[in-house]
Amino acid sequence: MGRVLVWYGELTTASSLARRGLLLLLPGLLWLLVFLVIPGLLLIPLSFAERGPFGEVVWTFSLENYRRLLGFGVLGFSLDNLMALLRTLWVALVTTFICVLLAYPIAFYIRAQEGGRRYLLLALVIIPFWTNLVIRTYAWQLLLAPEMPLARLLAALGLVEPGMALFPSAFAVYLGMVSAFLPFMVLPLYSSVERLDQSLVEAVQDLYGGPWRAFVHGVLPQTLPGLTVGVILTFIPAMGMFVVPDLLGGAKHLLVGNLIQQAFYTMRDWPYGAALSLVLVLMTLVALRLYRRYGKEVDLA
Amino acid sequence: MKISLWVRAVALGALAFLYLPMLAVALFSFNKTRYGLAWGGFTWDWYLRLFQNEAILEATRNTFLLAIISTLLATFLGTLFALGMERHPWGRRFRSFLENVLYLPVVTPDLILAAALVVALGFLRALSGLFEPGLLTMVIGHVTFQVAFVALVVGSRLRSLPRELDEAARDLYATYTQYLRRVLFPLLLPGIVAGAMLAFTLSLDDFVISFFTAGPTSQTLPLIIYASTRRGITPEIHAISTLIFLLTVLLVLSAERLTRRSA
Repeated sequence: MGRVLVWYGELTTASSLARRGLLLLLPGLLWLLVFLVIPGLLLIPLSFAERGPFGEVVWTFSLENYRRLLGFGVLGFSLDNLMALLRTLWVALVTTFICVLLAYPIAFYIRAQEGGRRYLLLALVIIPFWTNLVIRTYAWQLLLAPEMPLARLLAALGLVEPGMALFPSAFAVYLGMVSAFLPFMVLPLYSSVERLDQSLVEAVQDLYGGPWRAFVHGVLPQTLPGLTVGVILTFIPAMGMFVVPDLLGGAKHLLVGNLIQQAFYTMRDWPYGAALSLVLVLMTLVALRLYRRYGKEVDLA
Repeated sequence: MKISLWVRAVALGALAFLYLPMLAVALFSFNKTRYGLAWGGFTWDWYLRLFQNEAILEATRNTFLLAIISTLLATFLGTLFALGMERHPWGRRFRSFLENVLYLPVVTPDLILAAALVVALGFLRALSGLFEPGLLTMVIGHVTFQVAFVALVVGSRLRSLPRELDEAARDLYATYTQYLRRVLFPLLLPGIVAGAMLAFTLSLDDFVISFFTAGPTSQTLPLIIYASTRRGITPEIHAISTLIFLLTVLLVLSAERLTRRSA
C-alpha cells in the first residue's frame, strides 16, 4: 500500500517510511511531551487553581493568584511584587545593554589577533560560559568581601563604610549578571564581527563620518544577526535568573526568578508559582517582540 | 585591522573581569587560614581533606553518576530523534512542529523548565507513587534539557552528510540495519560524540534543574556549594570549585580539538 518511492537509495513506500520515522521519533518525542510540553501547558490552568492547606492543588477557576501577584495580598495592597516585576525587566535590560557594550570591543579585539592567539582568546571566552554558575556567583561573594581590595578601596575613598561587604547590593547583582552572561553575547557577536566587511566601515569614514556614524552605518547593520542572537541568549535567561539575585542581591533586590523559586520550593504553592512563571514568559515574549520590531527598523536604516 | 587603544583596554579589562572571581577562588583554596580571608600561607591541605570529606565524596559520585546516566540516555534518544527527523520525508507542518519541540528546551529559561518538571513529576508521583525526588528524578530533569541539544547537533551532522553515501550503500544491497551499522553510524560518530560531550558538560554545569528535582540523598556538587553559601564557605569548597573549574577547562579544550579535527 502507499506510493512506491526511492528515498536515499532505498526502494520503499511512503507509509513504511513514515512508520519507521515515527518509531525513531517516538521515544524522544514522548519524553519531551510528557516532561516538558504537557506540564508547560498545564501551567496555564494551574495558574487559575488554588493551593490547598497541605500544598496540594485545588482545581477551581479563580483569579486569586494574579490578584496576589499584582500585590493584593492578605495583608492588603503592597507594591513589592510589581516592583519585582519591573526590576526584573530593568535588570535584564541593563545587563543585556552592558553586555553589548563590552562584547563589541572583545569581538573586535579577538578579530584583530593572529590565528593561534585568536583560538586561545575564544577559548578564554567559552570557558566561563561552561563553568558552573553557582561557582562563578559565589566567587563574587568572595571578591566583594570586606577584606578584599575592592571593598577596601571603596572604603578608603569614603564610598562605603569600612568593614562592609559590597554585597548584597544592586551593584553586586549587576556584576554577577554581566559576568554570567557576557560569554553568551560575545560568542554570537564574534561570529558576525569575524565576517565583517571592513570596506563598508571605511566608506563611512571616507565620507567624514565619525566613530559613532562608522558604528551605526558601517558596523551595526553588518553585525545585526549576531547581535540579535546575543541579545536573545542574554535577555531570556537574564529574565529567569534566580541564582545571582539570590546570592548577591538579598531581600531588597528580589527578581521574579526568586519569587518563582520561593513559590515552588519554599511555599509549595504551585498555582501561584505557575501564575508567576506565565507572567515571566509573557513579559519576555513581549520584550523580544518589541526588540524584533525595533531591530528591523535599524536594519533598514 | 587596527584597533584603537581603548577597544584593546575594554576588551582586556572585560576578559580579566570574567576570570577575576575564579582566580580569587583558586587563590584562597591554597590559603592556610580556615576562617576569614587573611592570608596565612600556602597549603595543599584543603585538597587532601576533600578525600576525607564524606559529603563531598558522595556528591562527587552523584554528580558524575547523574551526568553519565543522563548523557547516555539523552544521546540515545536524541540520536534516534535526529534520524527520524532528518532522514524521513515529513510534511512542512509536522517538521516545523518537531523543530519547535526541539527549540523549546533551548530557549526556555531553565527556571521555567524546572517549574514544568516539578509539576510533571508531582502529578506523576500522585498518579503512580513512584518518582520520589532523588537521582531518578534528576536524571529525568537533565535528559529533558539534554535531548534537544544532542538532537540538534546530530541533526546538523546528518544534514551535512551527502546523500550519495546512503545511495551507494543501498545500491550495494545493504539492509537497513547493515546500512545503519556499517555506513551511517561511523559517519555520524563525530556528531554523536560532540552531542554527548555537550550534554555531559550541560549536566555538570546545571544547578537550577538539579535544585528543583533533587532529593535529600542525591546531593550533587553544585547543590553542596550552593548550600554552603548559607552555612559559610570553607576553603574545601574553594578547593572543590577549583577542581570543577579545571575539569571544565579540560572538557572545553578537548571538545574544541575534537570538533576542529573532525571539521
